[in-house]
Amino acid sequence: MKVLVSLAIVGGLFALGLLGALPGMGWVFGVVIPYAALMLFLGGLIYRVASWANVPVPFRIPTTCGQQKSLPWIKNQGLENPHNRLTVIGRMALEVLFFRSLLRNTRTDLVDKRRLVYSTDLWLWLGAIVMHWTFLVILLRHLRLLTSPVPLCVTFLEKTDGFFEVGVPVVYATSVLFLAGLAYLLLRRLVSPQVRYISLPADYFSLFLLLGIGLSGICLRHLLKTDVVGVKELAVGLVTFKPTVPDTISWLFYGHLFLVSVLLACFPFSKLMHMPGVFLSPTRNLANSNRRVRHVNPWDYPVKVHPYEEYEDELRDKMKAAGLPVEKE
Amino acid sequence: MSTPDEMNYYQQEDLLNLDYRPPKTEWMDTPVDLRRGSYIYPGKPKNLKILDLPNAREWAVKDADWKLPDNWKQTVLDGMAERLSKYRSFKLFMDICVRCGACADKCHFFIGGGDPKNMPVLRAELLRSIYRREFTAVGKILGKLAGGRELTPEVIKEWFYYFFQCTECRRCSVFCPYGIDTAEVTMMGRELLGLLGIYVNWVIEPVANCFRLGNHLAIPPHGMVDTLEFMVDDIEEATGVRVGLPINKKGAEILFVTPSGDFVAAPGIYTCMSQMLLFHELGIDYTFSTYASDGGNFGLFTSHEMIKRLNAKIYAEAKRLGVKWILGGECGHMWRVMHQYMNTMNGPPDFLEVPKSPVTGTVFEHARSTKMIHIMEFIADLIRHGKLKLDPSRNDHIRVTLHDSCNPARAMGLLEEPRYVLRNVCNHFYEMPENTIREQTFCCGGGAGLGTDENMEMRLRGGFPRGNAVRYVQEKHGVNQLAAMCAIDRATLITVCDYWAPGVLVTGVGELVANAMIFKGEKKRTQNLRLEPIPGMEEDEEEGNEEGNEEGNEAGGQSDA
Repeated sequence: MKVLVSLAIVGGLFALGLLGALPGMGWVFGVVIPYAALMLFLGGLIYRVASWANVPVPFRIPTTCGQQKSLPWIKNQGLENPHNRLTVIGRMALEVLFFRSLLRNTRTDLVDKRRLVYSTDLWLWLGAIVMHWTFLVILLRHLRLLTSPVPLCVTFLEKTDGFFEVGVPVVYATSVLFLAGLAYLLLRRLVSPQVRYISLPADYFSLFLLLGIGLSGICLRHLLKTDVVGVKELAVGLVTFKPTVPDTISWLFYGHLFLVSVLLACFPFSKLMHMPGVFLSPTRNLANSNRRVRHVNPWDYPVKVHPYEEYEDELRDKMKAAGLPVEKE
Repeated sequence: MSTPDEMNYYQQEDLLNLDYRPPKTEWMDTPVDLRRGSYIYPGKPKNLKILDLPNAREWAVKDADWKLPDNWKQTVLDGMAERLSKYRSFKLFMDICVRCGACADKCHFFIGGGDPKNMPVLRAELLRSIYRREFTAVGKILGKLAGGRELTPEVIKEWFYYFFQCTECRRCSVFCPYGIDTAEVTMMGRELLGLLGIYVNWVIEPVANCFRLGNHLAIPPHGMVDTLEFMVDDIEEATGVRVGLPINKKGAEILFVTPSGDFVAAPGIYTCMSQMLLFHELGIDYTFSTYASDGGNFGLFTSHEMIKRLNAKIYAEAKRLGVKWILGGECGHMWRVMHQYMNTMNGPPDFLEVPKSPVTGTVFEHARSTKMIHIMEFIADLIRHGKLKLDPSRNDHIRVTLHDSCNPARAMGLLEEPRYVLRNVCNHFYEMPENTIREQTFCCGGGAGLGTDENMEMRLRGGFPRGNAVRYVQEKHGVNQLAAMCAIDRATLITVCDYWAPGVLVTGVGELVANAMIFKGEKKRTQNLRLEPIPGMEEDEEEGNEEGNEEGNEAGGQSDA
């Protein structure tokens, strides 16, 4: 049910986007909506990140995953248990660029109804890292459509990506891997009973949306080719704020563009906010220097305590009888 | 007939008849099953009153009506709003989970129980679903489609059940790609329940005791003197050494703070005795305190405010006594508080000095602000400098493994110090499998205030991953003792080992140190601190003494078990 609803919504959105090819609708779907989506994206992103950043971090609570820095002769594992800013940057870099924590993933099996066995399970890590990295490369490749002349690094990226020189036009490795990664993540969500149980429609929606974008993009390049010159004219017009809408652009492209617009617009209000969120995670981005440097809680307030004087007042006779020293005789 | 709060009520086959597949009904439509043995009894009104907590009343978990205050819903929502604006962790962890499920099979309660709401992700969703519905635009509009749900008394019951089935061990946060820490979520959940007067007595009574008398177990000052004097006698019987007993001594160099569990029950008392011996042997000028008679702090399992209220005594007592710095004993959650909260909450302790070992001269720079170090850091430094005379062969009948306690492992990274110490005092030290130690260590199943017999089923289930790893080294290496640097471990792992790995005894690390130490003026050591004969050390006794031989054989037999 959750799956079908999400699929239907993404399908409907795609169909809606196709309307861009109708006469006169190019301006709406090619200019107005992309601009609006971008504004929502940037505005929403700033708003959400600010809403996190404005909340204080009252306590320093890193999760330590390695040996602390204590005695000089005991080797500290800085990247797992950072003690200063530099090692925190290292830990965050490993987390953001290589998904360090997922790389630790294990699966637990109960064997013979008696024994627990843990084994390394890197499929989730692999699916995730393939999907995220290829997504980044694909985004960068699209700079070709937004720039004129095309920067050398983008051309280089395309060359590398099409290294295998399969097909005409060349099939990019990242296109295939991106879809494969997404397909794995979707299948895992559907097949694993636990993951399926915890999944919300929003989880499927994000996957279907990205799949829709990827599939329509590949079709645009290989199957139902659109007028690339026209697309570039539209794209350059958008980034230079002098939008023009050539009438040679195909319906499929409008479908693709609309899904991208939906992605941008939804991003700040969806779980995709994990991307900026990971940078702010207090269990990861703080140094475990708790006992070396005092952390200050900005909203600290006095609390009711039981001072020694009250303790002694209540127990003085017994303390004296037990031979314990007291403050007041 | 045994009852649900007894270990032998449960058959291993029944407990392990696990099905990790979730039920047919969606989790929001699956009601909570409050069965005896899997929850803890409510906080008694007298304890809530001592602490000025709201809605003190008599109630029972099985009651249909939990006697919530009239405005309970608004109270919870206001409480959530306040915490969302005060803790970035809480707000962020409500927002960024992608439900990848990497945490699912990392929780000892899920592994040992299979209840899907014990998957950390779903435990957080219990709270997150309310957050979405009440605090996010998407959730307000789309409701259930966006994963939101209404806050009802049933939700409160579900929170109670599952937030007291989390030991705040933080194992899941090691595996989460965003570092989402269920301990934070559980702490918030428990704070919200607290606003309605919902506490468990196993937590709130120790808190009330700790507030009034300085320790969880309600040991009065004269009782503490008595119990420590008994230990002095026992130490003399075992070693021939008569140690001093400084309590509330003004002007001492070091304030020693340890969990109160080590004052009253075996095997914790042996850990306490070992520390008294160590300090005596090295001529360390230290003092116990009756007012700061517990480093443990069940406030951590209650609310942030309660952590601060209970922990204020530590620095206050250090100041009153005029000590230079503080040394902390073997305790788990105490060290989460001392390391991650104390200085922020109760500091800065400007009146103290940076900890410096009076024996080796080592300055503990890593504690230069908080002014408190862990006994394992202290002992490791002593051994490194050759300041302890050790005969590890006295521990030769012990084949030991180390249980990393959750908090020292995942909130400090105190991993090598105890290992270094153990390797120097024992000749037979074996590690459990790597997925069950260090930062991936499994909880005893009784942390965060869950270690009561009322909760026996969940303790056995939650203790299964640890027990299973212990059994592994027991079968593979003949391990017969489990060393743990945590008072809750020393209490609850006894049950876990008896059930899942019978024959393995629980000990503190310090106990093994003292048994290996050669003291000035000691008598011939034939007994350990438990006053049990040490195998291999008894043969000089008069031959033909049947009794002595028998004891020796018994102990020898035990070590082979």
